[in-house]
Amino acid sequence: MANSPDGARWRRSFSEMVSLGGAAIAPLQRGLAVSLSALSDNAQAAFARHFDGGYDPGTLDGPGQRGDGAIGVRHLSVGYGERLALEGVTGDFASASMTAVVGPNGAGKSTLLKALAGIIRPMTGEVTCSALARHRLAYLPQQAELDRGFPITVAELVALGDWRNFGSVREPPSRVAADVHAAVATVGLEAFIDRQIAELSVGQLQRALFARLVLQDADVILLDEPFAALDESTTDQLLNLLQRWREKGQTIVAVLHDLDRVRLHFPSTLLLARSPIAWGETSLSLSTDNLARAHLALGLPEGGRFGRAA
Amino acid sequence: MSVLGWLIGPFEAFSFMRIALVASFALALANGPIGTLLLMRRESLSGNVLSHAVMPGAALGFLYAGYSLAALSFGGLLTGLVVAGLAALKIRSKPQRQDVSLIAFYLVSLSFGILIVAARGSQADLMHVLFGTVLAVDVPALLLIASITSITLLVIAALYRPLAVESFDPSFLRAAGGGGGVFRAIFVTLVVLNLVASFQAFGTLLAIGPMLLPAAAARCWTQKVWPMIALATVIGMASALAGLLISYYANLPSGPAIVIGAGLIYGISLLAAGRTRLEPRILEEQR
Repeated sequence: MANSPDGARWRRSFSEMVSLGGAAIAPLQRGLAVSLSALSDNAQAAFARHFDGGYDPGTLDGPGQRGDGAIGVRHLSVGYGERLALEGVTGDFASASMTAVVGPNGAGKSTLLKALAGIIRPMTGEVTCSALARHRLAYLPQQAELDRGFPITVAELVALGDWRNFGSVREPPSRVAADVHAAVATVGLEAFIDRQIAELSVGQLQRALFARLVLQDADVILLDEPFAALDESTTDQLLNLLQRWREKGQTIVAVLHDLDRVRLHFPSTLLLARSPIAWGETSLSLSTDNLARAHLALGLPEGGRFGRAA
Repeated sequence: MSVLGWLIGPFEAFSFMRIALVASFALALANGPIGTLLLMRRESLSGNVLSHAVMPGAALGFLYAGYSLAALSFGGLLTGLVVAGLAALKIRSKPQRQDVSLIAFYLVSLSFGILIVAARGSQADLMHVLFGTVLAVDVPALLLIASITSITLLVIAALYRPLAVESFDPSFLRAAGGGGGVFRAIFVTLVVLNLVASFQAFGTLLAIGPMLLPAAAARCWTQKVWPMIALATVIGMASALAGLLISYYANLPSGPAIVIGAGLIYGISLLAAGRTRLEPRILEEQR
């Protein structure tokens, strides 16, 4: 058989296929060799610096140390096309303060948060925030902006909070697993740690996202409607967590709708209607007068529902 | 004829069949991860649009240099990237609905490309550009495909984590320090590169098929990303093998046969997984 013309033909065509395959694989091998040498520590750090500005273990704050969380806003205007969403916002969020941002629909609350997080660029004016420059700012968007069907488990989602310590290419340090467990326990999701996020309820996903915030341990935490569509007990637990963060000196800015909750838990309030109507101590900001002015500023009926769409 | 002979005979007898098989396996290797990421990012529609955006550039290359691989590929790459850039601008300026402007891009590029090819070439050239000819892939084209596959796999291996995170929660990376937009741009570039690689074999109308269908089928079976990528690659290879054999024995065009093979596997997967709660999300995904 080995000497039959058939066998020779088989071998010839087989070897041709192998060499074709080899030709196909050669660039891959060369590329792999290059990329492996590129993964030396120095190059990896350079890669990380380039792509993950936040990753730089040399300059991490030690435990207990907290960087400056102050945010200064000067003459900030933001527009989408023709329409101005924010106009001439000037003011300061003090370090370690806890501020609620409230206002009617279309008041620019989410836009303000995005501008503070550096996600949208101001048309005019500026935001100064050293935490943002140091990548020690955390931003939690409304849940609608997340892809809830994405195949990721609770543990993986929470571990992302430690991004600054591993970035795009590094293996997460071994202590991350323990930190994830602790954070997940803090928000009461132990039983769900290995579940896909698609299986979670809105409230459970919000708990998981708060656990990610625990790991991020940022100096500034921006929350866009963190309690929307959550039940009472979840809201209360997450509010407790906010209080603890504030006691640790983290600066918190949250867009909220429930004025009673704001009065109860937030020392400062920014009442926004495209530009600030009032900004300061909550009881003063949320006076009946100010709330009426906020509606008038946007041309809404005075007695209209505040905040959330009816 | 033995089953083995039936399976291997055509490849043993004809070198164009061997090249076609290796080429479609190389494409499947890159299309597995690219297609899976495209699905997970819910960008299957923009992938489809980009596949047509390759057309006018390739047609211009054809106008300039006739049926030359280099000219076709370079032109296709160029317009693909330009349209990707334009689409990104459009998406940024109007965040609500992007599908209408994407479809506008797609129709205009396709018509433009057809006009150019028709002006200079024959009906056969047009068929070639629209549907490809995997059996006409030669060794230079194979090397191009293999190089693009290699680059794709390396880049995805290096940037997998930020690519995945960015598609799940776009604002997270920006605040945490990684440039979100950079990864999107890199990913779109990879998609265009792979569409250019597929262009020879599958043409502008079918190039997206071997990219999306195996990934969509794989998504019916698993929720985890790495198994999804592996399964999509295997399904891509299986449909390539099946398609080539069918086209050989039934004397049918090979590109459409491969895509139909992948489509069949997708249909079966959808039905088989239809009992699970996965189905509604897949339907939603496909719009």
